Amino acid sequence: MHEFALADAVVTAARQAAQEAGIDHLERIEVKVGQLQRISKDLFEFSLTQVIPEVAPDLAGVEFVIEEEPALFHCRACDRTFGETDLADVQDEDAIEAMHFVPELSHTFIRCPGCGSPDFEIVAGRGVTLEIVEGRSRVREDEG
Amino acid sequence: MDPRVAVIGDRLKPVSRVIGVTGSKGGIGKSVVATGLAVALGHSGRAVGLFDLDFTSPSDHVILGLEKGFPTEEFGIDPHRVAGIDLMSVAFFVGDSATPLRGADATNVLLELLAISRWGELDVLVLDLPPGLGDTTLDVLRFVPRVEFLLVGVASLLALGSVRRALGLLTELSAPVVGVVENMQRDDGTLVQALAAEYRVPFLGAVPFDAGLEAAFGNEERLVRTQVYGALAGMLERIVPAADAG
Repeated sequence: MHEFALADAVVTAARQAAQEAGIDHLERIEVKVGQLQRISKDLFEFSLTQVIPEVAPDLAGVEFVIEEEPALFHCRACDRTFGETDLADVQDEDAIEAMHFVPELSHTFIRCPGCGSPDFEIVAGRGVTLEIVEGRSRVREDEG
Repeated sequence: MDPRVAVIGDRLKPVSRVIGVTGSKGGIGKSVVATGLAVALGHSGRAVGLFDLDFTSPSDHVILGLEKGFPTEEFGIDPHRVAGIDLMSVAFFVGDSATPLRGADATNVLLELLAISRWGELDVLVLDLPPGLGDTTLDVLRFVPRVEFLLVGVASLLALGSVRRALGLLTELSAPVVGVVENMQRDDGTLVQALAAEYRVPFLGAVPFDAGLEAAFGNEERLVRTQVYGALAGMLERIVPAADAG
């Protein structure tokens, strides 16, 4: 369940972003999860909404929006763009598990379907990113 | 925003000291020194982690006799326990398969493993850096709080230039340098020692060339009987004084 570690990172980053933006009370956090990492959305969501708020009550009630992003690759060798649906041959469970932990290990297991090169860029759908943090500012409420 | 960066400081908070073993040049025995140092520190009673940052050519697991095997997962991933220390390596995920990585990919591997690895309470985390002053070294300087550096040099004009460049950069950046270790010493030359003196950093000692080292790889009992291990064990107090240990 390393989804918890990723969820913890999201919450830590969201708190930092909120502080920088003068937000005192978090209300909504939007996260993107990449298809390549194949994290368990259920475990990730459970960590965000159930496990972490148990030790961080200020996060109880925060709305978490989790958007899944399809994986997209660009081959530097032949200029072809391809997606994970082009990679039907990657069925090996160990390969999938390795990429689950570290998506860049895809360079070990994935080859460009056009030319066979491992020299591709992961353009989208890599891992977990924090997209939007929303909340209230006490100062602004007082002003209001 | 990359959430991994935000959490690295928290993950390394229970680690008292982080020592990056570098030397810039390939083939001068950085991994042997990093691994030997980590095991020696572990045998001295300190809690020690070793993180192999040579993602395209990991070798610490070979020195310690570990093969592919996914780390256990619980609230993160746990390094493998071997020879009294905790080891993290991409080799656990890919075995002997090639992992070609460009710089941005190597950065992502480092950030991912820093964000999800659970080192716990450590007296020392040893980072085994890849050769050169490239992406991973710059990333360690950028992302790893409180990192100090231990440089490995050999008495060859080819390698000394690289150590000089590394010392020059680290000095310019005011990065803490624990000192310089001369590796594979074959005579009583003082080239490495002189370089350390020039940059006013401690010369920690010399590790003799040890023809029996290769036969000890993968076997803890044999490793701790090598001249390499003996020499590194003799430097511990200069690298991590007992007062610093947990």
